[in-house]
Amino acid sequence: MKRQRLIQGNEACAHGALYAGCSFYAGYPITPSSEIMEILAQEMPAQGRVFIQMEDEIASISAIIGGAWGGAKVLTATSGPGFSLMQEGIGYASITETPCVIINCQRWGPSTGQPTKAAQGDVMQAIWGTHGDHAVIVLTASNVRDAFEMTVRAFNLAEEYRVPVILLIDEVLAHMRENIAWPEPGELPVVNRRAPESTAGFKPFADEGFLPFGAGSRYHVTGMAHGPEGFVAHGEAAARELRRMIGKIQDRVKELAVFEAAMLDDAEVAIVSYGITSRPARAAADQLRAEGVRAGCLDIKTLWPFPEHLIADIAGRVDRIVMPELNLGQLVREVERAAGGRCEVRALGRIDGSLMTPQQICDAARSGKLQAVGQENSK
Amino acid sequence: MNSDPVQVRLSGAGGQGLITAGVILAEAALLDGKNVVQTQTYGPEARLGSSKAEVIISATTIAYPQVTVPDILLCLSLEAAKKYMSLVHHDTLVVLDSTIGPEVTGRGRIVRLPMTATAVATGGKMAANTVALGALNRLTGLVSPESLRRAVLARVPERFRALNAAAIEAGERLASPAEAPA
Amino acid sequence: MSDQHRRFLRLRQLPHVWCPGCGNGSIVKALLTAIGDLGLDQDRVAVISGIGCAGRAPFILDFNTMHTTHGRALAFATGMKLVNPDLKVIVIMGDGDASAIGGNHFIHSCRRNLDLTALVFNNGIYGLTGGQLAPTTPAGKRSTTSMSGNIEHAFDLVRLALGAGAGFVARTTSYDNKQMVTFFKRAISHKGFAFVDVMTACPTYFGRMNDLGEPYELLHYLRDTTSPSEDIAREHDESPPADLMPTGIFRDEERRDYGTLYSQRALATSGKGRS
Repeated sequence: MKRQRLIQGNEACAHGALYAGCSFYAGYPITPSSEIMEILAQEMPAQGRVFIQMEDEIASISAIIGGAWGGAKVLTATSGPGFSLMQEGIGYASITETPCVIINCQRWGPSTGQPTKAAQGDVMQAIWGTHGDHAVIVLTASNVRDAFEMTVRAFNLAEEYRVPVILLIDEVLAHMRENIAWPEPGELPVVNRRAPESTAGFKPFADEGFLPFGAGSRYHVTGMAHGPEGFVAHGEAAARELRRMIGKIQDRVKELAVFEAAMLDDAEVAIVSYGITSRPARAAADQLRAEGVRAGCLDIKTLWPFPEHLIADIAGRVDRIVMPELNLGQLVREVERAAGGRCEVRALGRIDGSLMTPQQICDAARSGKLQAVGQENSK
Repeated sequence: MNSDPVQVRLSGAGGQGLITAGVILAEAALLDGKNVVQTQTYGPEARLGSSKAEVIISATTIAYPQVTVPDILLCLSLEAAKKYMSLVHHDTLVVLDSTIGPEVTGRGRIVRLPMTATAVATGGKMAANTVALGALNRLTGLVSPESLRRAVLARVPERFRALNAAAIEAGERLASPAEAPA
Repeated sequence: MSDQHRRFLRLRQLPHVWCPGCGNGSIVKALLTAIGDLGLDQDRVAVISGIGCAGRAPFILDFNTMHTTHGRALAFATGMKLVNPDLKVIVIMGDGDASAIGGNHFIHSCRRNLDLTALVFNNGIYGLTGGQLAPTTPAGKRSTTSMSGNIEHAFDLVRLALGAGAGFVARTTSYDNKQMVTFFKRAISHKGFAFVDVMTACPTYFGRMNDLGEPYELLHYLRDTTSPSEDIAREHDESPPADLMPTGIFRDEERRDYGTLYSQRALATSGKGRS
């Protein structure tokens, strides 16, 4: 039998990062993410990797971007208030096509809010948080094994596409212990940075792989609009580069889509969810089936680029989509857009800091009346 | 316990080791080859006032990770009893520390056991969580007694192992099957 | 421009963005002289800058160069140096860049003592955005956001760095090429965090708004408002001459740098992780 271990979501993220070959972590403590950095503070020096506690979250994201260009596979982890501060750096990482991973253990917000209470309120910020059109990949996890695997996947995608990858988990998953089959070395794929074919004349933004600073080809990196060589570009040249950066993610929406579908083949009601909310969603689908309601569920693990093809497919077959979120309706906007009026889309929001219950989702799936977007049902 | 999943809520005052007890119970269930999810109150709430750990044990995949209505409720403090005794069903096994007086009552099958007193007699008040685990497990057969021992000994520091081994046994004796409610 | 400087320049990126009379060119020239004199391997030098006029220096420098975000150059450089410890990392910042928006990174970099060389091109004003007040604008001086004269007190970046624990702290001016070269060489050779405050001239804004519009007037201003001093004890002097900024090396102490300490810690705990 495979080795089973009882671990917390945050531990899974930390060990997933080590498994993926993360060689540099810079961070600033914040509830409910701190266990990730505490574990890495212990493990990384002992494994010959580099860990540093920075003076704030802006410094943390800046340091990992510097580390990435120095040749490291890099990570920082935070929660809402710190994630807000990191938006500046995420924009820089996006325009400089820097491979990096940011884990956001979501907590109740805005502002200090309720540091130890769960929420999924940072979905919009993860996708759209930094200014300007930009490319990012946003992933989630709904169980502890997922937290491990999606951390590894986040590194793989960051390296493959040279893009910042944001993994959104939440306070419940962060602190929940669950037994997982511990991934053995070699079990999960690990993608490493591609070296350019030749060192001489390396152009850092011409998609020729990645050569770190000091490796023999002197080049320039800037957060200003730039061309393939890293020097300032204007007008159509700047537009072309930005389209390329966004296109390399957006054009691969189908191959980037990670999801888990269950009982959807004959479903009349589809519960579409992501992250921790997929747990009550699955329990609700089982309960509804037991009651004779043909319910199915879709757990979306790639939030961005949004896999609208999955929703379009479901919307053509079911009467109703129910979308539970621990916010007042964020990803449901994308679901509504993708469903395009082909079925009813019902948002179910909860913002009292507790996890949605299966019963709440069942009630929303069954009841005839439309529940207003954002109306809290916190029984 | 015949139901699957089994939902367990362990409650008491901050500092009574309920979260450790939850992790130990979860580890023991894992040693038995079960699936398990363990959650807890976190942060200031866990240090001031009442503390709570939850464990769900199942032979199959566990979807919802939190306890909805517990099959087993342990209360080691009066405050925890007041907070959680109303959130049970008629079949819930409610195990209260004897320091919680008979005026505190409610639904469920209530058993009172002198767990903290037994821990003091065994060598330390801090072992009350281990006494409680021994007692709960004797009453319910949640996990195998061997797995419970292994999980406890794996979790506690070397110098407290003898105390905790004694605490498990004391807890088991405290809840000999004769004392279990019908 | 001599061959010694030319080989460190990206000639295709010239002309640079700096105004006629700006002191930044003089500072860069002194920096390139220092790098040449020290015989550093061009491929193993990284120059990392923030945002502002000074931040544009790396565009024309033929090293491994990174133009980062406003105030964060030291944080980017920290990551770069930690994962690539053999690189010689030189950080170029403006005064607002380093001491206003980047003040937190600046003091913590001084404290942390990672082996970085930090140069502040200190012109006492925000040039690139059009001449607004900086934390380094002297009291009474005019800017586009203090038209009647600055009512705040200026940051003395040397005292700030000394207080925050930097191991090497110096001040020079873009008026004094020889001193700049000497200090830059000392700073780059220093093992640990080294800071040089380089007072420089912004004729376009600071000069024009403060009746020093001709570039030579600002050079005289730099000469006449600073007081050369090699006296390290100066840092204990609580009351320097009111109008004179002391120049010189104020601290030069070898302390174990962060990178060395981290390596020792890593070696001591090697293989002692929990997993």
